[in-house]
Amino acid sequence: MSFMQKYNFLIRKIHSLTGIIPIGVFLTEHLITNSFALGGAEYYNERVEAFQQLPFLVGIEIVFIAIPLAFHTLLGLYYVYLAKNNVLEYKYFRNYMFYLQRITAIITFVFVVYHSYTTRIGRAMAGIEISYEFMNNIVSQPVFFIIYLIGMLAAVFHFSNGIYTFAISWGIAIGPQVQRKFQTICTVLFIALTAIGTAGLIALAA
Amino acid sequence: MPEFIHLKIKRQNNPNEAPYWEEFKVPYKPNMNVVSVLMEIRKNPVNAQGKKTAPVTWDCSCLEEVCGACTMIINGNVRQACSALIDKLPQPITLQPLSKFPVVRDLKVDRNVLFEHLKKVKAWVNIDGTFDLGPGPRVPEKERRWMYEISRCMTCGCCYEACPNFNAKSSFIGPAPLAQVLRFNHHPTGAMDKEERLNLIMGDGGITDCGNAQNCIEACPKRIPLTTAIAKLNRETIVHSIRRWFAS
Repeated sequence: MSFMQKYNFLIRKIHSLTGIIPIGVFLTEHLITNSFALGGAEYYNERVEAFQQLPFLVGIEIVFIAIPLAFHTLLGLYYVYLAKNNVLEYKYFRNYMFYLQRITAIITFVFVVYHSYTTRIGRAMAGIEISYEFMNNIVSQPVFFIIYLIGMLAAVFHFSNGIYTFAISWGIAIGPQVQRKFQTICTVLFIALTAIGTAGLIALAA
Repeated sequence: MPEFIHLKIKRQNNPNEAPYWEEFKVPYKPNMNVVSVLMEIRKNPVNAQGKKTAPVTWDCSCLEEVCGACTMIINGNVRQACSALIDKLPQPITLQPLSKFPVVRDLKVDRNVLFEHLKKVKAWVNIDGTFDLGPGPRVPEKERRWMYEISRCMTCGCCYEACPNFNAKSSFIGPAPLAQVLRFNHHPTGAMDKEERLNLIMGDGGITDCGNAQNCIEACPKRIPLTTAIAKLNRETIVHSIRRWFAS
């Protein structure tokens, strides 16, 4: 029996958990931070500067973002491959959500690779700091604004719907009634995060 | 009143040959079901072109939707042929064998994997011994009710057919056996083997391979609370894994 087979339970649970903590928490923080742009270029630069002065920033980013994200992504892509989607045959709401969860996984993956390389890894290596002006140069172009909007929507959907499946996978939401309540909570969260994310993007593009 | 019942059947001569479609026009009679139409074809095996053909092979037994043997895909929906009433189906009626199990011939498939999975999770109560073990403890009425719901599973394979995570690529054990684990783990005598069953569904292809598409509960003809059973087992396996780790 391979390592993956032997520790299947643990690996799957860590995969499920990392989607919420830390990745989902980071996504929420990231969208809120972006919306600081609503307060103007100067205010945004000030806040971003504060973040960049955090002690052990690179260490925090690697341990709490890069490693969990790489783990979640690599395993997740394998889980996407394992499914045989059948939304054309079984047109149920949750089946569409299951399918969309996998579609958004791939979109988010492609976007995050592009986004983290151009705005963090590549920049860090070139020694350029992120500022309002830098982001404005990118997202003020309609094509990039749409790319960012799609990437953000995919990530927000994947996170919101992920909370629903997380609640089941961890035995929190058991019966159909409480699962429906979680469905509502996740829908509200999706709308709220989309609103925050879109407002931030518009402010950065202005 | 239609003169004929128009059928399109996906046929396959043996497990190794490619499938093909054949159409049939069976003289209409009121109150028929898919099984009785297939019986008519067997009586007079002539296809829609008027050519003599081999009678269609299919499986059936109880004819009252409690055995699951006649499960097939009817007009795109996985269900039992015995409870599929012709007068309620739009025509042409398409009949296909289940896609997740190996085809034996025509509409007959080998669903042995279901039985193998039930054996794998020890879906039974151990009562055999060399001496009389005496009467077992009583099951509380509250528990018996939901356990009865799960006991109505006829291993028809509808949940397997609808589940996107059960396929040739994955080793997922499937929804039906998981519900049986919950039932036997809560049976007062079955609970004696509770840890063993939980260990079995925590391995490769176990409960964590469920992707929460929740198609199983929609497809189940017996409306067995499969998703509730899986969520409950998620909780029980997590508690069990923590206990197991601290006791190791």
